Amino acid sequence: MEIKRDMSVSLSGVRLDNPVIPASGCFGYGYGMSEFYDINILGSISFKGTTREARYGNPLPRVAECSAGMINSVGLQNPGIDAVIAEELPKMRAAFHKPIIANISGFSIDEYVECCEKITGEEQVEIIELNVSCPNVHGGGMSFGTSAESVAEVVKAVKRVVTKPLYVKLTPNVTDIVSIARAAEDAGADGLCLINTMLGMRINTATRKPVIANVMGGFSGAAVFPVAVRMVHQVSKACSVPVIGCGGVESAGDVVEMMMAGATAVEVGAANLRNPYACKEIIEALPAEMERLKIEKLSDIIGIV
Amino acid sequence: MYKRNIYKVRSNRALSAKTMLMVLEGDTQYLTAPGQFVNVEIAGKFLRRPISVCDYDEKTITLLYDIVGEGTKAMSLLGEGAELDLLTGLGNGFCVEVGCSRPLLLGGGVGCAPMYNLAKVFLQRGVTPVVILGFNSKADVVMEEEFKALGAEVYIATVDGSHGTKGFVTNVIEALEEKGDYFYACGPMPMLKALCGSVECDGELSLDERMACGFGVCMCCSVQTKSGAKRICKEGPVFKKEDLIWK
Repeated sequence: MEIKRDMSVSLSGVRLDNPVIPASGCFGYGYGMSEFYDINILGSISFKGTTREARYGNPLPRVAECSAGMINSVGLQNPGIDAVIAEELPKMRAAFHKPIIANISGFSIDEYVECCEKITGEEQVEIIELNVSCPNVHGGGMSFGTSAESVAEVVKAVKRVVTKPLYVKLTPNVTDIVSIARAAEDAGADGLCLINTMLGMRINTATRKPVIANVMGGFSGAAVFPVAVRMVHQVSKACSVPVIGCGGVESAGDVVEMMMAGATAVEVGAANLRNPYACKEIIEALPAEMERLKIEKLSDIIGIV
Repeated sequence: MYKRNIYKVRSNRALSAKTMLMVLEGDTQYLTAPGQFVNVEIAGKFLRRPISVCDYDEKTITLLYDIVGEGTKAMSLLGEGAELDLLTGLGNGFCVEVGCSRPLLLGGGVGCAPMYNLAKVFLQRGVTPVVILGFNSKADVVMEEEFKALGAEVYIATVDGSHGTKGFVTNVIEALEEKGDYFYACGPMPMLKALCGSVECDGELSLDERMACGFGVCMCCSVQTKSGAKRICKEGPVFKKEDLIWK
């Protein structure tokens, strides 16, 4: 007998059928993944981090194997906000008929504002995810996310132009995630998303050189899951806005754990790259996991720990 | 179209100290052209390993691979009957519809892998390809007899001169009496760069790069070309000679 359970959640009034969202940078614009399965089973999709201008990103190699994870240093490769709106979003909408999360990055406050201004009116874009946490670019991305002052400044500026809920994606590469999260909330953020990748590095001992051309990159995968759970827990206790939990999620059990830690929805990143069916398998496994744990309504467990 | 499926190892044997030949049984319907690749899940490793398809038919996929690290080492230890999780049908593959009559199929080391199925396809079309394979030394030479058995015109180059022509694939091409009218290449970057600089006819080259997904979403293998940034796993791995930028 098929088990039916209520998996729906709400992010600032945006209803999702289930809390599972492929994380930005691990799912492209969704339509490419339709070759594997019907992506409309997903709660939402956060599309690839977008900047004002087209960016090629960092030199190759951009990826390194790690125990229970990987390091990437793509460097925000994307076609630029105008091309995303003109070319990628129509293809995404054709394949995906649910709320879309627009992941926006930048190198200056003006750039964040301009990109958000352009994307906020787009049909089906229901949430804007402000990426102040990319570790792979200099002078942008993470440099905004590592101080409470600059996070507040960019959130305030963007908040003036957006008409959709504004979520701020935070970096774990800080000494006090709670102070940064509070600064974002106080500046007007409607929600938070954490964690982005942790700064990491691998060395090829045979060549005595870094594996990644850009030397360092963002570490993600199952290995970072406990760090993400801890930070989601700390932040959700200290803030009142919803939190999207992200980092090392690979199973339905991980989704439940992340929600118990305080997440309202959960993003799945690196797992998609090893197993393109990761999100589908998680969503299909959730009802049985809820049954096993005697959870009637998934939203009931948010932040119960 | 690409798909994930489970494959069973029919055989997995060493052709040289570092090069292995693995035959897998399973669904091959998503492979449509020579030069495509598969992404192999390896127990205990986070990332899959992208491996070029050496040959395929209705029921089997043959992979030629070098043992270069822990992942491929683990692959080399798999015995008959072991199961492997593969994403297949990845990448564009070589285009054989170019109207050439004397194609040069150029493989450097394990880069000879995709040339095998490509040679087969040309021979089925009544075109005899010129297969030129380069290796470091005689001990590294693989697939020479297999290519000859297909009926291709086969030449070998070794850097140390211990087998075939001394030098590189380019030295064999220069010495050919009857030149080729199109080339297909796969091998180390210095070889591909040398080919683009020295071979006069048009051609296409298969690039190798560290990948994460293998199906176009992570942007980890994106390369700059004359027609913009391209994903080696999606728009590639095969690119036209005129599209590539060499620094």
